[in-house]
Amino acid sequence: MSVADNAKDPDLKGLSKTAAQLPQSGIRKFFEIASQMQNVISLGVGEPDFATPWTAREAAIYSIEKGQTTYTSNLGLIELRRELAKLIRRRYAVEYNPDGEILITTGVAQGLDLAARALLDIGDEVLIPEPCFVSYKPCVSLAGGVPVAVETNSSSNFQVATRALDDLVTPRTKAILIGHPSNPTGAVFEKETLMKIVDFACRHGLYIISDEIYDRLTYDGTHTMVAALPRAFERTITLNGFSKTYAMTGWRIGYACAPPEILNTMMKIHSYTMLSAPTPGQKAALDAVRRAEKDALAMAQEYRRRRNIIVNGCNSIGLDCALPGGSFYAFPSIRSSGLSSEQFAERLLYEEQVAVVPGGVFGLGGEGHVRMSYATDGELIKKALERMKRFVDNLSSSDVGMTAKAAR
Amino acid sequence: MNTEKSREILQILQHDSRTTAESIASMIGESVQDVKAGIERLENDGIIKHYSTTVDWEKAGVDKIVAFVDITVVPAREVGFDAIAMRIARHPEVRSAWLVSGGCDLSIMVEAATLKDLANFVAEKIATIDGVSGTNTQFLLRKYKEDNVLFHELEPDNRLVVSP
Ligand SMILES: Cc1ncc(COP(=O)(O)O)c(C=O)c1O
Repeated sequence: MSVADNAKDPDLKGLSKTAAQLPQSGIRKFFEIASQMQNVISLGVGEPDFATPWTAREAAIYSIEKGQTTYTSNLGLIELRRELAKLIRRRYAVEYNPDGEILITTGVAQGLDLAARALLDIGDEVLIPEPCFVSYKPCVSLAGGVPVAVETNSSSNFQVATRALDDLVTPRTKAILIGHPSNPTGAVFEKETLMKIVDFACRHGLYIISDEIYDRLTYDGTHTMVAALPRAFERTITLNGFSKTYAMTGWRIGYACAPPEILNTMMKIHSYTMLSAPTPGQKAALDAVRRAEKDALAMAQEYRRRRNIIVNGCNSIGLDCALPGGSFYAFPSIRSSGLSSEQFAERLLYEEQVAVVPGGVFGLGGEGHVRMSYATDGELIKKALERMKRFVDNLSSSDVGMTAKAAR
Repeated sequence: MNTEKSREILQILQHDSRTTAESIASMIGESVQDVKAGIERLENDGIIKHYSTTVDWEKAGVDKIVAFVDITVVPAREVGFDAIAMRIARHPEVRSAWLVSGGCDLSIMVEAATLKDLANFVAEKIATIDGVSGTNTQFLLRKYKEDNVLFHELEPDNRLVVSP
């Protein structure tokens, strides 16, 4: 290539403005630093540390050996949809017709994209309680919608207050997008909170997009499926998947459940932009629902034990941490350090080689916290907590910590 | 402490018997004292039999000969298989002994330092017992998994260090 070829054509038009305006993920920066460092204990990982149950891996290998490598129906394998319909009926007593109300997606990530594109016209607003999963806002923006953040706080256990929703709703509001149990806070929405959200949605004619990917990682009590609540079914898109429950992140399999009209619209978009979810992944997922129940329970139990260790550990080193009801994240307050969440995470990484994610990247209400994933081996969690104790102790005895505190 | 919590302690210890009472207490939401008392009771009741370590002796450079011996037995009146089984199981060379269904009656796992020791043990100590009508010895060639631990597959953590 000659130098001339390399010169930029001044008339070449710019990239999509919508895309250009998307912020860089705040997580990316920490990934860059942490991946250059040695000896890092990472509590920054948003995926299970277990491998996919062997039975599911083996089923995928078998299907590949048999040459089952073609597309599936746009909706996904009918056997898988039937198993999911059964699972949902058994767990939540909600009926979804496997033939037209369930769509196999390429992860919940794609489910979010499809839901936003199926519901939104340019300028439609979507209420999103924050802190939340980093993809929610971009998915809405890319579909032409306008994300409207609804702040929630640790003081109210990250529950959504109806008053906050009432303040933000406008005639352009089309939907509310919630994730529970929550990444990053680990909070579980109480049934009353969910009923109020449904009631609010009904009053304003809104749809509800409910990301319930952590439903099976609920540790105290049972998960409430939004679509199971009175008056919710007709307006709710439920998104769920295999990534967390069955440790299947890399297979990229999720599913969406919704009434026929919504689901058909999502399927139409899916049929043009994805055709079908990966076939080996669907085969593995089918085997997982059929045979990996025990593995799923064992993993959930292991997370629960680690949760208790990490929460007790945080509290004992002076980082206030509520007991999260679900997912695999603890979201302790780091305000006692006098640092911002980003400073805290960055210094912790440089000084003690422990990676956590600053709460600020998850939106309103996240600042003053860090996200610590306990999808990490128990021994490593203990080691990380020791390092964090040293870090926190050093902070409070050093001038820097004090000045920072005084400055507040 | 209720049965459910006791069982959870058993599960945790079976997975890693070095888990401290402090950790277990934190994991299952009980006091350290109660966990210690619970473990002591499980030990006293003979529910926890023994704590041991899973060792890859081959990697440690120690040769050991291990064999599985299938034994057919003529059961004795009144004591059935138990008398012979215990007679065999008491030998320190026998690491495990089970009554099984199928082609044989007892199946034992025997360990010795050399092939000769092992062969002698089976020929002199097992096959000669009154009531033992036959033995079939299979030598262990390679271990793939023991006590739930895979021996030859290192599974590195391939995840990105920080992810959403
Ligand atoms: C709340 C939430 N939703 C969706 C996803 C994406 O899941 P999937 O792997 O099914 O695309 C994640 C993954 O981190 C998540 O935490």
